[in-house]
Amino acid sequence: MIRIRSIMLFLAGAMLGLAIGPGNAFAGEAVEGTAKADKLEQCVEPTPVMRRNHFEFIKHQRDLTVHQGIRSSKHSLAGCIDCHARKDASGKAVPVNAQGQFCAGCHEYVAASLDCFSCHSAVPGEK
Amino acid sequence: MKKIHFSEWGIDSPRYWGMLAVLGSIVAIAGGAVYYMEHNGHWVTGMTNQVVWGIPHVFAIFLIVAASGALNIASIGTAFGKKVYKPLGRLSALLAIALLAGGLAVLVLDLGQPGRLLVAMTHYNFKSIFAWNIYLYTGFFAIVAVYIWFMMDRRMKAWYKPIGIFAFVWRLLLTTGTGSIFGFLVARQGYDAAILAPMFVIMSFAYGLAVYLLVLMFVFKADGRELGAALLKRLKNLLGVFVAAVLYFTLVYHLANLYGTENHAYEAFILKDGGIYTLLFWGGWVLAGCLIPLGIIYHPGLGNTRGGIIAAATLVILGGFATVYVIVIGGQAFPMAMFPGKTIIASGFFDGVNGQPMLYAPSLPEFLLGLGGVALVLLLTFIGIRMLRFLPATLSDEVADPHHAKP
Amino acid sequence: MSRTEQQGRRVFLKKTASAAAVAIAPGVMLHALPAAAAPRAEAVSGEIRWGMLIDANKCADGCNDCVTACDKENGLDLVDMPEGADEAHWERQRPRWIRQVKLKDNLSGKITNLPMMCQHCEKPPCVDVCPTGASFRRADGIVMVDRHICIGCRYCMMACPYKARSFIHAEVAEKLTHTPRGKGCVESCNLCVHRLDNGESTTACQDACKHQAIVFGDLNDPESAVSRALKKYPSVQIRADLKLNTGIRYSNV
Repeated sequence: MIRIRSIMLFLAGAMLGLAIGPGNAFAGEAVEGTAKADKLEQCVEPTPVMRRNHFEFIKHQRDLTVHQGIRSSKHSLAGCIDCHARKDASGKAVPVNAQGQFCAGCHEYVAASLDCFSCHSAVPGEK
Repeated sequence: MKKIHFSEWGIDSPRYWGMLAVLGSIVAIAGGAVYYMEHNGHWVTGMTNQVVWGIPHVFAIFLIVAASGALNIASIGTAFGKKVYKPLGRLSALLAIALLAGGLAVLVLDLGQPGRLLVAMTHYNFKSIFAWNIYLYTGFFAIVAVYIWFMMDRRMKAWYKPIGIFAFVWRLLLTTGTGSIFGFLVARQGYDAAILAPMFVIMSFAYGLAVYLLVLMFVFKADGRELGAALLKRLKNLLGVFVAAVLYFTLVYHLANLYGTENHAYEAFILKDGGIYTLLFWGGWVLAGCLIPLGIIYHPGLGNTRGGIIAAATLVILGGFATVYVIVIGGQAFPMAMFPGKTIIASGFFDGVNGQPMLYAPSLPEFLLGLGGVALVLLLTFIGIRMLRFLPATLSDEVADPHHAKP
Repeated sequence: MSRTEQQGRRVFLKKTASAAAVAIAPGVMLHALPAAAAPRAEAVSGEIRWGMLIDANKCADGCNDCVTACDKENGLDLVDMPEGADEAHWERQRPRWIRQVKLKDNLSGKITNLPMMCQHCEKPPCVDVCPTGASFRRADGIVMVDRHICIGCRYCMMACPYKARSFIHAEVAEKLTHTPRGKGCVESCNLCVHRLDNGESTTACQDACKHQAIVFGDLNDPESAVSRALKKYPSVQIRADLKLNTGIRYSNV
């Protein structure tokens, strides 16, 4: 009985691992309250505005950054990740696209695809 | 010449569905290959940062080139008013659409980001011949579809000739565009030649007609329709003229290259020391694709047998694949001339060290994708002729040939 | 602001920057941030054209430092070989932005070493052929790929006379924040654009070259080190016959 359960657990874990994807192989369980955003009152815009328009902001900024080199904006994807990524118990950043994390949490719930991180890093940048 | 009646393809249902099942499975296998390649990335293919276009592009370009060529039969009937070709027009137009669909499917499914097709439709760089081709291809579908409609609808008879001429001009532009994909590349020794555009046009004449002939003979035989000997003779003679023209363009292309010293290394590579490319050039492009078919077509005995015509058309197609392979892959395999007067003796990025060509070993999934494109062409054609009246009830000489002597 | 005023300001900035740089140490200084460095807030303009002069005589045989530095700076060393791939084949598929090339003169046998990368043409063939406009030339002369609209057709790779571009053949597990990278798009040297946009003025390859074979700077500024070097020494463009007006020039090739 125990054996079957452990196999099931292993399979579930493996599937979870597959779902989360690569890039977070070494990050452990995220700890609540460890993201910079957790200590702030508000995002770069009021929360309802961010909920509704964050993609437009990021997309607009992406063209400015790539084509005009403007990197000072508050609407940068790197900024989102920097602020919203949580850390695990050892202080290592957990990817924002890992299951249940800041980006994936909502995107999974509303079944909206999340393509940013096939190219962009999902953890805060090297300093 | 009698009135021509058209009818749906009348082969037995089990045979029809059996053929669809076989072709459908080939398409499905190709779908699996695409999933495999896209899921893993292009590392599972033979393509590299040196040879960036591979077997899928060979298939795609062959099919796209043949597509515009297949329309020729309709054009000769409409734009040039040759009565005997008129009954052949519907199948010609259908085959043109099917070939283009098959070729484009292969091309698009090899993209690094096939999901971004919408991006290609919404972002245009009008200096890119590739962007122009997107218009030329979609325009071709639309124009030929209207062309078929006007061919089939008597009420549109007045517009039949104008649309035929328009389609003919469009197909010339389309193949010019395809040839220019290579002709406009200044970087590589084998390309960067204006002659590639008309050469692609003439290649399209030959390959399109060869495909048309084989399909026509097969579908007519399959449901017992009559195909007159005089008509077949016309078509095979036409094929002979087109194949001879391909040979002529090949000759001019290489003679021009041989004259200028800067191209000698490239010519030596293709004509003499290129291994597989040299073999495919002489054995495939020249011998199988041009000389043997010409020999068969103009042989007094062989040229008038159905077997001879089938063999000639098949060889033209196989030679055509070899031709496109030599142009697409051979042109990339030859090292780029970045440092004239110097030899690269070491490189961190495979720059043709000591003049060595770039390596390319095609992988199975690439072939499966290409074959899937071919199967898709036949699938669409067979479904088309089964559903609608594309085929003349008979093409016996006394019905189809205006010069047929009354017995 | 008038042109001369701006020039004056540029010279001033450059002088203070170089004064600060000299104070540190040669070699190390180049990556040092000017104190006021901030992310760029205004669109890049054609006032500046970034470029390089590479002295092939100084480029040492067997040295690969610029390549290693580029790999590290732009996360190319993080691109792992996929499991099950053939190593020799993967070597031909892995991305490279800069590479060492060793040449032998056919007549004299003279050996030349030089790094090759995107030459940042004024009239880049890759930009001409790109169907979606993903391949583009930024106002300050940097030729780059907007990977958001790259469809992975590789036509730019067919068109580039310098074989400067790489296609990403496999999923990339780990990437740097400043150099996004994903399967199915094309990329190439962008002159460390993230550094330039954040107020720095050197590239990783230049910093890594202990032989000082690479001089980088603004080709439009007659007082820049690269402009002065170009004025002083004879230099060539690779494939000058194509008249692409490259931003990367070589001397002693």
